[in-house]
Amino acid sequence: MGDGVIPADKKRVLDLYFLEHRAKVLDVAAFLDRYDRAAGDDHDPRMLALRKTIEVLQGDTPDRAKRVLELLSDVTAEPIESAPAKGATGAPEPGTAEWD
Amino acid sequence: MRYIDPHIHMVSRTTDDYERMALAGCVAITEPAFWAGFDRSSPEGFRDYFRQLTEIEPKRAAAYGIRHHCWLCINPKEAEDPAFAREVIEIIPEFLDKPGVLGIGEIGLNKNSKNELEILEAQIDLAAKHDRLVLVHTPHLEDKLKGTKLILDAIRRDGRIDPGRVLIDHVEEHTVGIVLDGGFWAGMTLYPETKCTPQRAADIIEMVGTERIWINSAGDWGPSDPLSVPKCQREMLRRGHKLETVEQISFGNPRAFLSQSPAFSIGGGE
Repeated sequence: MGDGVIPADKKRVLDLYFLEHRAKVLDVAAFLDRYDRAAGDDHDPRMLALRKTIEVLQGDTPDRAKRVLELLSDVTAEPIESAPAKGATGAPEPGTAEWD
Repeated sequence: MRYIDPHIHMVSRTTDDYERMALAGCVAITEPAFWAGFDRSSPEGFRDYFRQLTEIEPKRAAAYGIRHHCWLCINPKEAEDPAFAREVIEIIPEFLDKPGVLGIGEIGLNKNSKNELEILEAQIDLAAKHDRLVLVHTPHLEDKLKGTKLILDAIRRDGRIDPGRVLIDHVEEHTVGIVLDGGFWAGMTLYPETKCTPQRAADIIEMVGTERIWINSAGDWGPSDPLSVPKCQREMLRRGHKLETVEQISFGNPRAFLSQSPAFSIGGGE
């Protein structure tokens, strides 16, 4: 354990998870179509972040989940002056992302 | 298979959930103090909440053969008013020696603000002065990575608490490494929409190993699943993990960490 090895072989992984993730890819595709069909401007930082993460999925690095989470993170180091609200949006605010 | 759910908010769950958890193999739970979905209007509201955690919930759990334990604190979502938060902190010592009280938690950060950090430091001080275990909430989503780093720095800066007596909860792929490398314990929370799924938790175990790590449901009043721990057990088994590995993650590891407190017990001769 801890070496990244999964007891199941590739065929077993596909048998267990292929249909579930086929459906999830379709959900993402349909969401992008839905977003494009909707009215309004296209400058929301959440969509920019999501498109950055999709680039990671197309790569072959062994830590895609970690990289996706890093791209969706505030990478600044100092505490903020005060909490503006209790919730989180799921994507870094402008000026706090890895690519800013 | 028997299991411990070391993080679940049973004040927000029905008695039916206790029954289903017992049927699924749950023998013990620990319940951290948390945000009720609204800000309480006075510190006395927390006194009532701490009574509920220390007097009422243990009885509800016992009716289904489940040992109930709790953690006390003011949570980071209500820490933005430091004067109010300090009044709540003053109440906590009244309850620390009640049966089943394991320590201070879930303290931490929410939006990584200066006020939240001030109250986190005050509660680290409380835990150190009373020599109690600590359960830490890490922020959600985009705030998690930064918040986790700020929290680990605050505990190290204080310097009085052994990292082996601190559980950093809600870790994901981008934070589990810094938590374990620092000598802390790591908790993976199994949530349907945020945090980890049972599948990703199994992935993380395969990547980092089985030492100083556990799984929990953090079931509360939001979208959550009080049976997510046994569902993760099933997920690991269907991938081919050994029974003893699954039991270590879902029973042995939480028992090892929690047994550092004399207030922890699973009953039945342990």
